[in-house]
Amino acid sequence: MMRFLLLFSRQGKLRLQKWFTPIPEREKKKIIREMTTMVLARQPRSCNFLHWKDLKIIYKRYASLYFCLAIENHENELLALEVIHRYVELLDKYFGNVCELDIIFNFEKAYFILDEFLLGGEIQETSKQIVNRCIESSDMLQEYYCEGETDFPGTWRKL
Amino acid sequence: MPAVSKGDGMRGLAVFISDIRNCKSKEAEIKRINKELANIRSKFKGDKALDGYSKKKYVCKLLFIFLLGHDIDFGHMEAVNLLSSNKYTEKQIGYLFISVLVNSNSELIRLINNAIKNDLSSRNPTFMCLALHCIANVGSREMAEAFASEIPRILVAGDTMDSVKQSAALCLLRLYKTSPDLVLMGEWTSRVVHLLNDQHMGVVTAAISLITCLSQKNPDEFKTCVSLAVSRLSRIVSSASTDLQDYTYYFVPAPWLSCKLLRLLQCYPPPEDGAVKGRLVECLETILNKAQEPPKSKKVQHSNAKNAILFEAISLIIHYDSEPNLLVRACNQLGQFLQHRETNLRYLALESMCTLASSEFSHEAVKTHIETVINALKTERDVSVRQRAADLLYAMCDRSNAKQIVAEMLSYLETADYSIREEMVLKVAILAEKYAVDYSWYVDTILNLIRIAGDYVSEEVWYRVIQIVINRDDVQGYAAKTVFEALQAPACHENMVKVGGYILGEFGNLIAGDPRSSPLVQFNLLHSKFHLCSVPTRALLLSAYIKFINLFPETKATIQEVLRCDSQIRNSDVELQQRAVEYLKLSSIASTDVLATVLEEMPPFPERESSILAKLKKKKGPGAVSVTELEDSKREGGELNGGGDRGPDTSAMSASNAVSRHSVTSNLSYVFQSTPSPSADLLGIRSSAPAGTAPASAGNLLVDVFSEAGPAAPSAAVNDDGFLRFVCKNNGVLFENQLLQIGIKSEYRQNLGRMYLFYGNKTSVQFASFTTSVSCPGELQSHILSLNVQTKQVEPLVEGGAQIQQVLNIECLTDFSDAPLLNIKFRYGGALQNLTLKLPVTINKFFQPTEMSSHDFFQRWKQLSQPQQEAQKIFKANHSMDTEVLKAKLLGLGTALLDNVDPNPENYVCAGVIQTKGQQVGCLLRLEPNAQAQMYRLTLRCSKDSVSRRLCELLAEQF
Repeated sequence: MMRFLLLFSRQGKLRLQKWFTPIPEREKKKIIREMTTMVLARQPRSCNFLHWKDLKIIYKRYASLYFCLAIENHENELLALEVIHRYVELLDKYFGNVCELDIIFNFEKAYFILDEFLLGGEIQETSKQIVNRCIESSDMLQEYYCEGETDFPGTWRKL
Repeated sequence: MPAVSKGDGMRGLAVFISDIRNCKSKEAEIKRINKELANIRSKFKGDKALDGYSKKKYVCKLLFIFLLGHDIDFGHMEAVNLLSSNKYTEKQIGYLFISVLVNSNSELIRLINNAIKNDLSSRNPTFMCLALHCIANVGSREMAEAFASEIPRILVAGDTMDSVKQSAALCLLRLYKTSPDLVLMGEWTSRVVHLLNDQHMGVVTAAISLITCLSQKNPDEFKTCVSLAVSRLSRIVSSASTDLQDYTYYFVPAPWLSCKLLRLLQCYPPPEDGAVKGRLVECLETILNKAQEPPKSKKVQHSNAKNAILFEAISLIIHYDSEPNLLVRACNQLGQFLQHRETNLRYLALESMCTLASSEFSHEAVKTHIETVINALKTERDVSVRQRAADLLYAMCDRSNAKQIVAEMLSYLETADYSIREEMVLKVAILAEKYAVDYSWYVDTILNLIRIAGDYVSEEVWYRVIQIVINRDDVQGYAAKTVFEALQAPACHENMVKVGGYILGEFGNLIAGDPRSSPLVQFNLLHSKFHLCSVPTRALLLSAYIKFINLFPETKATIQEVLRCDSQIRNSDVELQQRAVEYLKLSSIASTDVLATVLEEMPPFPERESSILAKLKKKKGPGAVSVTELEDSKREGGELNGGGDRGPDTSAMSASNAVSRHSVTSNLSYVFQSTPSPSADLLGIRSSAPAGTAPASAGNLLVDVFSEAGPAAPSAAVNDDGFLRFVCKNNGVLFENQLLQIGIKSEYRQNLGRMYLFYGNKTSVQFASFTTSVSCPGELQSHILSLNVQTKQVEPLVEGGAQIQQVLNIECLTDFSDAPLLNIKFRYGGALQNLTLKLPVTINKFFQPTEMSSHDFFQRWKQLSQPQQEAQKIFKANHSMDTEVLKAKLLGLGTALLDNVDPNPENYVCAGVIQTKGQQVGCLLRLEPNAQAQMYRLTLRCSKDSVSRRLCELLAEQF
């Protein structure tokens, strides 16, 4: 199974953290620190896999963001890379040309999409269409219930 | 406009986030956050009831603040309130907050569980999914208690929506992993297996993760999944890339599901049904064939997905290890990848080939790639790839290519990354020893190691070379000559001085005939290094000098001069000073005969497993180094030099602790004892016994010394008399003295156990303040608990003649070696009694017997062929060798006793699986009695090396 997924910027700023097993907060912070230093220190065009303790770390950079996924020792590295890619595709489809800012300002959406895709550290649904339909239909639910809201959705994205 | 414009923008949140982003400093950020926290707190506390939207917004802000790394100590209640909102987004944010910030506040958990219960029974699939996601994300025991029986029902109910089924399957998996005892197998289990046939690929993908986990723990119950998995796999593999619509990923049909299916099959031996097996082999062949076809897309996603399946198929082929044809094909395929331009593929190919190298069918095929691998070691830019190449070279090494591989590794060492040098050194040392045909090559190699990477040569390595030189007289002259030459270098590593000092002190006479290496030349050479060395090395050199006096009387005057000078005899270091004084005295008063006896050549070391190998195992051990491994290495250190864990110096020359306690003569007789005698051998307990027949009691003593070093200062000495009697039985009297009797009844199921302790007051007087406590020493209490022992306190008064009972609940989380300690305190007639006992909870209690055929047994035996997976002991029989007694003991151990497996009917063969919470460890055992010699040979092979060793230790005391 997958153990955790971290998204961080080139400057080492954490953008998203998902832990699939319970870990004390203090330990989480330590792991985050270790992961960012380890991954950011890698030379370009190195392989995307690292051994770390009894886990394998699979990382990949998309534009300014690093995606870093920890999997158990017997899991498939290449497939883990594609888990990352599929998640990026899902974000991309939802936000339309996703960028780091989308994830910063809509972190809750990033979590919701992830929950549809992965659950308990395992793949729940690999179909892009189905996951997107799921998220979109919950957005519809939202619209339906949120009539009368006074905020101006969308405008703040230009901030 | 992107989808984000729909619905739920929370403007306040966005403003807050950009404020934070605009903060120029950490202080400014903290200030802004504190302001926001104060604001939210006042809103939550205010008289005005907040509407759902505001509540959602503030909870979301709190979540954001938490994710920035700040502590959040309020807002939980508001989040829980959101759960019962009937607005989807509010509910969703509530659940997200709970999932991220779960708090084991029991009051809150009850409320959360209530909300979840409502959503699960709402029959609204969106709400049900939210609730299931929350359970899967939190996965706490309380949730398992509340929902473990409900979720299987949802999972297999006919009218459950597909998306809910998917969430339910993974949710159940999560609960099964956290609380396996609460997820009860039942009627639903057989229906779960049939989800492999579900029409919806998403359902199959989610369900298979659950099925794989359940099959690992209950292989027999889920056996039917093998044929289902094979037919599903076969349908996917043979489908066209368009057949599976959105489950086709970059022209590869269902890569995730395919890999999961191949992984599931790795939980089982090859299918017995010929048709199923044929179909599977066909699938594997198709996958291998597809690798040769031109890619359908240039995208890396296409090749990754395709190769992911290929690597998983190869893993299965290696797991079966029974199809030579497939193994060789797999090897050739990996060989192609070794030269692929994708670094990832080269890395994986090297890694995968390492496992292929250990199969007898493919070992030779792997070897043909030696040049490519050597090239990888030299030219790869990425250190992690080079590391894999070094691993593979090590794995493919055998007698035929050892010289080449060792030479390449040595030359790589000169430029190797610091991070992997120590491991490389160990590997070279092991290969050199393992495949040495002539020992001069071995000596050369080790000296080269010291020369090239002296700093990384651990003590084990140079101890070992000395051990070997001492034991082989054909190499002693060569060794003396070579170290002598090596020491000529103007700058040589201190480790070289140690080896040189030791070897010349023992065998300098063998080269003394040559005037270029006459005794005085040798001495001057050694002494020229003396002042540059650390204290322990100097101590070793002083001992070499006194040995010189014995070997070469003509050096006596020179050496006495050296010993007598102030820098020695008044050295501020007590050890050096003492040696100088003692050696000087010894050389002046002892007669040549006495000197010759005292300073006689070291006796051969008993043969045993290389301490270097133990060290490498330790380095490579899965995860953290376990205590047993440390114990082992300590013990190895002790054995290696026949005296404690301080290296040859300790035994051969002088041990500081021994020195401080013994007079000169007794010290020396101890130190230089030429025939090991048990009485003098204080530290090297086991080395005094003939190889391989270490008396059980001595070994046990050593084990106990280490295993009890850890516990938090028990005030009473630990009593473990009863401990070993309970390895093969569960009930009986653990302890008895004039006051108290303690009886035990215990039962174990899977990774859980319950132990009833009966405390009987044998006197007619009341015991007052009777308290007991159970502690887990050493590794057991490290932050990853191996053993979870829960108990309720007993009544503080035990009347005369009465017996009270206590129940311990035990959960085995991972494998372990230490035993929990039971401490009992009570007052008897005013005197405080304090007693600590080792509780007989041993790893074998969690055995599930496994019946298997002879064929299966030997196949698994072969699969567990890595050297560290095996533990072996030869020992003297301590009890009756009667067949029935032995059988009863082996059954009591918890394994299945297999008949008709071993060709020799005298032998016993057993199999079992140890169930821990985290994993299962397969164990195979073979016990070979030799009635004539009253000896046994015990061999264990387990999928986890620490388990092999622990079982071997435990069992060696039983027969």
